[in-house]
This record gives sequence, C-alpha cells and structure tokens, in this order.
Amino acid sequence: MTRTFTTWAAGAATGLAGLLAGTAANAVEIEYWQYFFDARVQAMEQLIDNFEAANPDITVTMTHFPYADYRTKVAAAIPAGEGPDVVQLFYGWLNDYVEADLIQPLPTDTFPPERIEAEFFPMVQAMKMDGAYMALPTAVRSLALFYNERLFEEAGFTAPPATLDEMVEMGKAMTKRDGAGNITQVGLTTGMTGQDHHWWREVLVRQFGGEPYLDNYQTVNYNTEAGLKALEFYTGLESDAQITVSGFMDEAQAAFKAGRAAMHIDGSFRIGALQDTRGLEWGVAELPAGPDGTRSNYASYWVNAITSSATGEEYDAAVKFMDYVTSDEAMQIWLEVVGELPARPSVGMTEANANDPVYGPFIRGLDYAHATIFADESAQRQVLVDMVSRVELQGQSPAESLAQAAAEEQRILGGYYGN
Amino acid sequence: MFSYSRLTIRQKHIVWAWIFLAVPTVFYVVIRFYPTGQAIALSFMEWNLLGTKTWAGLDNYAKLFSDPVFWQVFRNTFVYLILGTPISLVVSFVIAYHLDRVRFMHGFLRMLYFLPFMTSAVAMAWVWRWFYQPVPIGLFNNALASVGLPQIAFLNSTTNALPAILAPAVWAGLGFQIIIFMAGLRAIPTSYYEAARIDGVGPWTVLWEITLPLLRPTIVFLVVFSSIGFLRIFDHVFNMTTNNPGGPLNSTKPLVLMIYQTAFSSFDMGYAAAQTVVLFTILLIVSLLQLRLLRDR
Repeated sequence: MTRTFTTWAAGAATGLAGLLAGTAANAVEIEYWQYFFDARVQAMEQLIDNFEAANPDITVTMTHFPYADYRTKVAAAIPAGEGPDVVQLFYGWLNDYVEADLIQPLPTDTFPPERIEAEFFPMVQAMKMDGAYMALPTAVRSLALFYNERLFEEAGFTAPPATLDEMVEMGKAMTKRDGAGNITQVGLTTGMTGQDHHWWREVLVRQFGGEPYLDNYQTVNYNTEAGLKALEFYTGLESDAQITVSGFMDEAQAAFKAGRAAMHIDGSFRIGALQDTRGLEWGVAELPAGPDGTRSNYASYWVNAITSSATGEEYDAAVKFMDYVTSDEAMQIWLEVVGELPARPSVGMTEANANDPVYGPFIRGLDYAHATIFADESAQRQVLVDMVSRVELQGQSPAESLAQAAAEEQRILGGYYGN
Repeated sequence: MFSYSRLTIRQKHIVWAWIFLAVPTVFYVVIRFYPTGQAIALSFMEWNLLGTKTWAGLDNYAKLFSDPVFWQVFRNTFVYLILGTPISLVVSFVIAYHLDRVRFMHGFLRMLYFLPFMTSAVAMAWVWRWFYQPVPIGLFNNALASVGLPQIAFLNSTTNALPAILAPAVWAGLGFQIIIFMAGLRAIPTSYYEAARIDGVGPWTVLWEITLPLLRPTIVFLVVFSSIGFLRIFDHVFNMTTNNPGGPLNSTKPLVLMIYQTAFSSFDMGYAAAQTVVLFTILLIVSLLQLRLLRDR
C-alpha cells in the first residue's frame, strides 16, 4: 500500500503517473542532478528514456539548477542527506567530495580500473584514488584554434597555422589598425581570463620544454627557463608581435563572434554558440605545435559520481545508471546533442568523429591532452591572470613576475594539500 | 497555575505588549542575531562547506592580517568611501538646491534624476562597462579616437579602474540623495528665509547660517546611509570586472567582493567569515563615529 502510494506520488511529480502505473511493482527511484544547460538537459532526458526502457524497474528523476547556484546547492544538499544518488560534478571539485566522504568509489567489478585505463582517454586517470575510480565522465572538452575563414581568405591564407611561429606571422597579416594606430581587428585574441591560462599552463609551458607541475600537480614547476620562454612568448604577442590587445572588445569570444578576430583559442563548449552566429564562417584546427614540434592540449570534464546517500537497491540502480551513462551509446548521443567530446577513444576516434571538420581537431587533441588537477581553480587562474597583468600594466620583468606567480600558486597548493 | 483572567489590567497590557514585541524580536533573533553569532563562531573554524568544521582558533585572523591582498582590499574599500560619500553628497546637494528653485518641468526633471536609482545596478554596470572599452566598441574611446586623441585605459589600468567604477556607482545613488535633500529643504520653515531677506543677508550667509544647519538631520542620515553603501559596494565592481573580479591586480576589489570570492569560489568558509567579522566591525565603528561626530550638540 505504502509503496504503491510512494510510486504514485513520484510518478505524479514527474508527470508520468499513467506510464508508470503498469510497472509499479518493484520500482526503484534514483535521483540525478546536473546544472541547467538546455542541450545537456535534453541529452540527459534522452539517456534516461533509453535507460528506463532497458530497465523498467528503475525510475530516474533529473533535477537541474542554474549553473551559478549549482556548486553551492550540491555542496549544501549532499552533506545534509538531501542530495541526489548520482550527481554531476566538475572534475576539479572531486577531491573535496572524496575527502568529505560524500561520494562512493565505483565498484571495481563493474568498473575495473584496468578496463577504464584501457578504454578511456588518459586524462580520466585523474579520477582514480586508492585503486578505484571515484567518478567517470560521459564527455570531455579540449582546446583548439578557431579561425575566421573570411579573414583568412582575404589575407590569402588557405590553411590554418601548424606551428606557433606560423600563427604569429599569419596573425600579423590579419591585424588591422585605424589612422591613429589603434587596433581594430586582432590577428589572435588573448586574455588570461578566458581559456588562455590553460593554454599557457598545459600547452605553452610544455611546448617550450617544461613540465608545469610535479608530484601529481602538488608542486609548481614552471618557474624555469621553459616557463619564462612561454611567458615571454605570450606577453610578446601583444608587446612585440602586436597581433593582439588583451581585453579587446571586452571578451575574446565576443571579438571572434563579431568577426573582429582572425584566430581564437577556445574550448569545444564554444562550438554551439558559434554555430548559431549568422554570417560568421569559421573553421577549427588543432592547437599550433611548439618550436620543436611538441603538441599538447588541455582537457577538462564533468564527471558523474555516486553519492553516499545511495544505499541498498538504490545503490545497485545507481551503478547500473552509471554504467549506461558512460557507455559508447551514451557518449555518441552526448556528442550529437550537446557537442561535447566522447570520453572513450572507441567512440571519439571513429573515422567519422575524428575526421569531423568541427569536432575532429578537438578529438585528436584529446590524445595528447592533460587535465590539470586544481586545488582551487579560480584562485590558480587568478595567479596567472595577475602574472600577465603585472608585466603588461606595471612593467614588471617577466622573470620576476613568473617567480612571484610560482610562489603564490605554490602557497595555494601547499595550503590545500597541507604541506 | 498561571491564569490570564486573574491578571490585573496593567499586567494584561504587559503580556500583550510582549506578545506583539515578540514578533520582531523572534524575527531578529532567528534571521539576524543567530546567523551573526554563527558567522562569528565560524570565523574561528575551518570549513569548506562539505566536510566537518574544525577548530582553527585565531588562524583565520592571523592569515587575514598577514595577507597583502587584504590590506589592498581594505585600502580600496576606504577609497570608495572617502571619494564616494563626499562627492555624491556635494553633487546631490547642489542639484537638489537648484532643482528646488526650478519651477519649469520640475516633476519631469526630478524624475530624470531619480531614474538611475530605480535602474538595476547590474544592467547599468554592464552598459558603463561597454562605454569604457577600448576602440572599436567603447563609446568614450571611440570619441577620443575620432578627434585624434590617445585612448584612455579606463578599466584595464590599476590607477584608473577604481574611479571609473566609482563614477557610475555615485551617479546611481544620486537620485535617492536628491529626493531626500529636497524633502529636507522643503521642511525648513520659510519664515527663516523671510526674516533673512528682511535683514538683507546675502545668499551665501543664508546657505551657511540657515539652510545647512537646519539640514543637519538630513545630512547625518545621508552620510551614514551612503557610507554604509560605499563600504558595501559590490554589484558595480563585480559586474564591471566579471572576467577578473576586482582586478586588474586587485586594484578595484572591495571587501565584500573578497568575501564573496573566498566563500563561493574558494569555498573557504571560515576565512570568509573572518573577513565578514572584520567588515562588520568596520561598519559598526564608522557608523558610530559618524553618529557621534554629526550629532546635535
């Protein structure tokens, strides 16, 4: 009696009362949380429908919140026991949740670590703790170079730049100035506040021969000759090559969207917004290779995890659901609906996906991508933003600014890891 | 046994008085005092919103006072106050004083001045943010460039950014202050002015000897009110610098923004609570000082 009533109430709440009446006998209901982004919600609805069709005894209820509140809501709800059974988290938040015992490791029989390591792109290994995976992504994001095809054509270029040097030279040809010498169109957008801090940290530092961090991202290691070269290259884009102005048109992506920037480095999540821009013809290329041909990329992802509030049959249902949302089928749906890249090479590296003119460069970038393990992403970003600001606004020497940034970031890491 | 019917009328009055008083008292205790107490307690703990709270003693305060960013932020907060309050008061008084004499389209003009106060601070901050951009999109810099003058880095400068953000904040608050000043001016009995005119006193003397002294309660109210406003400035700064909140290089960051970032992007709740306690203390001291200094002797 009670059970029928509960099921009925749950069904009514989701507006599916009629559909559920037939299968109500042994239903388990699990709750799933993610932040609101139209395409993500649509994709997840599709996944839930497929999952429920295959598992008629399980009902998945999705709740979503505006992105701005999401992190706080999740953080407040889970410790209070009000939270979901399966939750979507940014990979960089995972440490805090693991430490507070709010998420459960994925069972090694359904998710054997060896299999995950063999089947997922390598940056997913950041989710492994004490021999088990704590969480897994459906989709990942990486960086690539967006370029404006019209401006390329106008300047007589037929292919995107393959190396950093080519990028700078081509950028010079596509930078425009007004009579007073003010830049009105940039060759390349820059701005540490966007994706450039990832580009600098994981790509440029490595391309100039460095290794940005040691000890599993607990020790800052960019205060080196390579780091200095990377910083000088970056600030030189504005001061020497003069192909950019930081903060041009307020936001780099706005400048690119408005057709006032020839090249723009951004993440795969920008694709959707650009596809909707009328009159903009754009292409995507892999990030330019470094002076010695080194390629690198930065990847980030949202993971799904089972929270500590899932127990008993809800836990079993949650494991099944996790297994489905990290399957090949789910990843292909996610790619088609959201435009985020599959986390498994078996889906990503298919002929069709890897050679897709838009997704291809991002997917190929995953092969050599690194996922920074952040202790406090916004604070660590701020360190690099300030590093460049000191050079640009206060005339500090790159070497001094770099040393100061390394010390500041080490302080953040030290405070977090407690050493 | 306590029985209501056996009470005297006076005692009944007291009971009812307490029942009515209980509503705001309970409200304040639950909504204000309890969280305030919690925040003060939290400032001695370490908590990331997820794990358990651990006692940290005075660590948060020690960290705060040795943090160069805090002192920079502290300075910024007072610059907002020291520039913002006098400028907005003088400007709004001058406008109110003259507007009070204007008969032509008086209501319409007053509405125009009041309009910015009713506009959303967020929308206003974004419009000003675009005004301040370099060419090709910034209104001010396009104007400068079109007459051949060099551009001014309004927001992307450690020296110009704070005044550039303060200007729209002052402008936004003017409407309210003008209305209050005008109400204060209207409340001054005209007989004083008539007496002054009969005695042949000049307009400056009238201003200094009659208008300003009689406006004292209005001025006290506005000084305290606008000081608290500038000490708590947040929306304008945050919206005009969202990409680099309080930047560049913390040059525009007020204390409230630092608290916000510590709490909701670094999730260091204990440290944020310590900052809040410091802000609370500053607000308390400034308000008490102003009330004492400006009180009628």
